Amino acid sequence: MVEQKPHIVEYLTNIYVWIALATLTIITIWVSEFDLKLLTVTVALGVASIKATLVLMYFMHLRFDSKILTIMVLVTMIVFLSLIVFTFFDYSYRS
Amino acid sequence: MTNTQKHTDFYDNEGKPAWKAWLTTTDHKRIGLLYFYSLTVFFLVGVLLGLMMRFELISPGKDLVEAQTYNGLFTLHGVIMIFLFVIPGIPAVFGNLTLPLLLGARDVAFPKLNLLSWYLYIGGAILALSTLLVGDGPPDTGWTFYAPYSVKTGTNVSMAVLSAFILGFSSILTGLNFLTTIHRMRCPGMTWFRMPLFAWALYATSWIQLLATPVVGITLLMIVVERWLGIGLFDPVLGGDPVLYQHLFWIYSHPAVYIMILPGMGVISEIIPTFSRRRIFGYKAIAYASLAIAFIGYFVWGHHMFTAGMSGPARIIFSVLTFLVAIPSAIKVFNWLATMYNGSIDLKPPMLYALGFIFLFLIGGLSGLVVGALATDVHLHDTYFVVGHFHYVMFGGTGFAFFAALHYWFPKIFGRMYNIKHATRAFWLLFTGFNVLYFPMLVLGIMGMPRRYYDYLPQFQIPNVISTVGSWITVAGLIYMIVVIVKGIRNGEKAAANPWNGLTLDWQTDSPPTKENFDVIPTVTERPYEYK
Repeated sequence: MVEQKPHIVEYLTNIYVWIALATLTIITIWVSEFDLKLLTVTVALGVASIKATLVLMYFMHLRFDSKILTIMVLVTMIVFLSLIVFTFFDYSYRS
Repeated sequence: MTNTQKHTDFYDNEGKPAWKAWLTTTDHKRIGLLYFYSLTVFFLVGVLLGLMMRFELISPGKDLVEAQTYNGLFTLHGVIMIFLFVIPGIPAVFGNLTLPLLLGARDVAFPKLNLLSWYLYIGGAILALSTLLVGDGPPDTGWTFYAPYSVKTGTNVSMAVLSAFILGFSSILTGLNFLTTIHRMRCPGMTWFRMPLFAWALYATSWIQLLATPVVGITLLMIVVERWLGIGLFDPVLGGDPVLYQHLFWIYSHPAVYIMILPGMGVISEIIPTFSRRRIFGYKAIAYASLAIAFIGYFVWGHHMFTAGMSGPARIIFSVLTFLVAIPSAIKVFNWLATMYNGSIDLKPPMLYALGFIFLFLIGGLSGLVVGALATDVHLHDTYFVVGHFHYVMFGGTGFAFFAALHYWFPKIFGRMYNIKHATRAFWLLFTGFNVLYFPMLVLGIMGMPRRYYDYLPQFQIPNVISTVGSWITVAGLIYMIVVIVKGIRNGEKAAANPWNGLTLDWQTDSPPTKENFDVIPTVTERPYEYK
């Protein structure tokens, strides 16, 4: 059976991550005030991705767990992105 | 190593009333059997609907039912067979029955979640079947629920779609359970490359269940939203895009084909070395091929839409990717054949079904390449050729693998043995009937007969008559097989713990196993198929 090592994240680390998430939320709201045209969605999704990464790494313990779990999450992301890319590839070439 | 001290087997209700002991069980073997009996009922309903369709098509014009009833028949036949039998089929029944045994574990990682999966399955199934009896009649869209027709039709589409949504949750939970079980509950010494190939196949399948099923869940809900709230998602009149529906539907439903076939390939990988008394050829190649099929299978969905208005470059890319997925499938077939080479082949019923699988899957796979090529697909799309191809893969592949698994693990599950002679005869009847039923469909498609049509031109009659006669032979074979199995369960001779002399851990414990599978958790020291 696979050994499981419990890992406890320090309170201070969790608080830093929480502050970072709150700051990024404020940035998302602040940026939405500007007209960035095509970049609007890119910036919003970029900030959201950073937030999601922090949650995954610290709150969901991905950083402290086996590397195989990180690989599994990455594979999931790649599949998800590929589905979107392939679908929109069709749309971009439609006459 | 053996692990067969005699204790009470898992059929013991431990003093509880039988209904309570079974309906509240968290034992993976009992849940596997709950799935087995429910799936069998739904399979027989699906067979009956298929039989009615074939009877209707014995000659042009009306023979048995009206055109609208025929539309309902093929829709429900598809929904029941795909969502209630083929998709859950092997993982839910034989995955549940054997995965912890194969891994040397006492149960799956989340036993209560496992039971919840079965209840969700039953809930979804009841909802699907109730579309027959309530409201404005069974859906008439085909199992694909294509928009915009599914948005406009007055039949029970919303209820059918919601049933598929619920069934999807059952599938996701089973996938999650198996993934965690395989990662966390392998016995000491069972490294990834000492794991039986059926477990590898279930692992690859579970990934697809987990990642692809939510897509169809959301897509089907979008159909309901469009029907109930009139929001324009897929209906062009409301500003929607019907091709987007096809993209979203097939993003799940093509990988779902691999949910259906991969576990079947895993079963075959167990049976071939056991009945050839040979170490499996290319163990790692077969294991990696399972993962490759699962991965590439995500990116080939567009081949269902070559004639649906997709852009030219997208069609070319999807066609190339479709051809790529044939490579790992072929790797498996060649490795099975190489395993049998110079082996001491024992043609017992499980092996016959496994060989039947290879033969039928080969025809199904090769005919898939014909419709995967852009030019030929223009001629064959939405013809009877596709119906023939699909049934060769799904019934000839998954169905025969299901029967192979049933005959292989029967003594393990029930502790008894069926009559080998009659099981062999049932196989030949079924195999003959299958080919008489489905091969004419390939011919009809090439001749130009469209699928899902109630009526047809007189020149299509002879192959249709042959096919209908084939459906009767097939049903006779199924009935024969069921009688053999039921008699085996009720009056079969007591089976030894390891009647096939298998080397995987499932055969190293009692038949039927105890509630906790093993008295002592085994330790694995070598690969699973080291036949000398």
